[in-house]
Amino acid sequence: MQVPAFFEYQRATSVEHVVTLLERFGPEARIVAGGHSLIPMMKLRLAQPELLVDVNDLHELAGITVDGSVDAGHLRIGALTRHAELLASSVAGEHFPILHDAERVIADPVVRNRGTIGGSVCQADPSEDLSGVFTALRAVAVIRGADGDRTVPMREFFHGPYETAVRPAEILVELRVPLRTGAGSAYVKVDRRAGDWAVAAAGAVVSLGPGGVVDEVGIGLTAVGDADFTAVEAEDLLRGRVADEDAFAAAGAVAAEHCRPTADQRGPVDYKRHLAGELTVRALRDAVARARRGRSAG
Amino acid sequence: MTVNGVEHVRDVEPRLLLVHLLRDELRLTGTHWGCDTSNCGACTVWMDGLPVKSCTVLAVMADGRSVRTVEDLEGPFGLDQVQQSFMDCHGLQCGFCTPGMLMTARKLLDDNPDPTDTEIREAISGQICRCTGYRNIVAAIRHAADAEAAGRGDT
Repeated sequence: MQVPAFFEYQRATSVEHVVTLLERFGPEARIVAGGHSLIPMMKLRLAQPELLVDVNDLHELAGITVDGSVDAGHLRIGALTRHAELLASSVAGEHFPILHDAERVIADPVVRNRGTIGGSVCQADPSEDLSGVFTALRAVAVIRGADGDRTVPMREFFHGPYETAVRPAEILVELRVPLRTGAGSAYVKVDRRAGDWAVAAAGAVVSLGPGGVVDEVGIGLTAVGDADFTAVEAEDLLRGRVADEDAFAAAGAVAAEHCRPTADQRGPVDYKRHLAGELTVRALRDAVARARRGRSAG
Repeated sequence: MTVNGVEHVRDVEPRLLLVHLLRDELRLTGTHWGCDTSNCGACTVWMDGLPVKSCTVLAVMADGRSVRTVEDLEGPFGLDQVQQSFMDCHGLQCGFCTPGMLMTARKLLDDNPDPTDTEIREAISGQICRCTGYRNIVAAIRHAADAEAAGRGDT
């Protein structure tokens, strides 16, 4: 039987209460929401917090809304939003199909009922699907501490495996995804079986300018060793180029060249590198097709 | 917390998992304890109306919430239709995964009374049948959907 070590448990009544508890207990306190990353790690004694702060009652951390105008606004995703809620959100899917592409292949429907968006990105697992999605989307994390809120771009959020910009006495409260009129997005993943972690996965967000030229692009890579989950070199190559198959292939080759996968039970390095390139191509192809459909519809 | 409509008050260690509270303290052993890693889904129960894997929920996290286990499926007029259909279609083999399968199937049909086979397979993708008897499980859920449609008078 796998049982966590002893710990104390408190159910938070407000975000300020969370911060107070975290300050009092220091780095040995951990926030628990869905618990589907933390509790398994506690069972294996890979994590042994002295205090768990349960945030499941904090409805202010939940919900998905569009804040601001279509051109200057953002999609706000509360940290306590469950995966199932994001997958069911029509406003999220309408603006960013990449979110629904990814959520469909994250774990399984029962786990998605419980696991949260904030928990997933704060876990910072090198194979986390949403990490590559939010870096591709250039989302911004809103983090609250005793001194108030601060924002961190998701491209600067990950400090290494299982390490993030969230400090010991802070809590991630929401993610903000900037709205982009006419952008298309997609996420593609190769896994060994339903619900598994990715062997490799890629996400792409593309805005097209006049003449089908790539105006702006975000490419996120998951499970292939990129500490910041971003294929910057491939983005630089694409910006300003016509979005065609030649450009996708060139971007895929660059993404494959620059990623740093490691061999494990999910596959050897050359296979993962191949996947990083091919999945980058497919994600770009799907994202551009969606951007074009959006333009013709609009 | 409320389990199957009955309120229970227990003083428990924070590290006690919901599955063990249900099985060991409340003696509701219909919920099975399988892989312990939230992969197999044998421990699936409802919490506040949603299927969750009770090996990955602390009992204290269910404080004040409503839990429903497989024991609650049978009503005053007999078995729930999904239970009956699992019997009729041989959806049980060794029976280990069955409680989780039943709870997930019941929720699926409550939300989507006429699912496609693909939707059924997707819904149970978080459950592992170690007998690999998925074909009969899918058939049983389909059978339950059809039987409930007939009961409602749908064509």
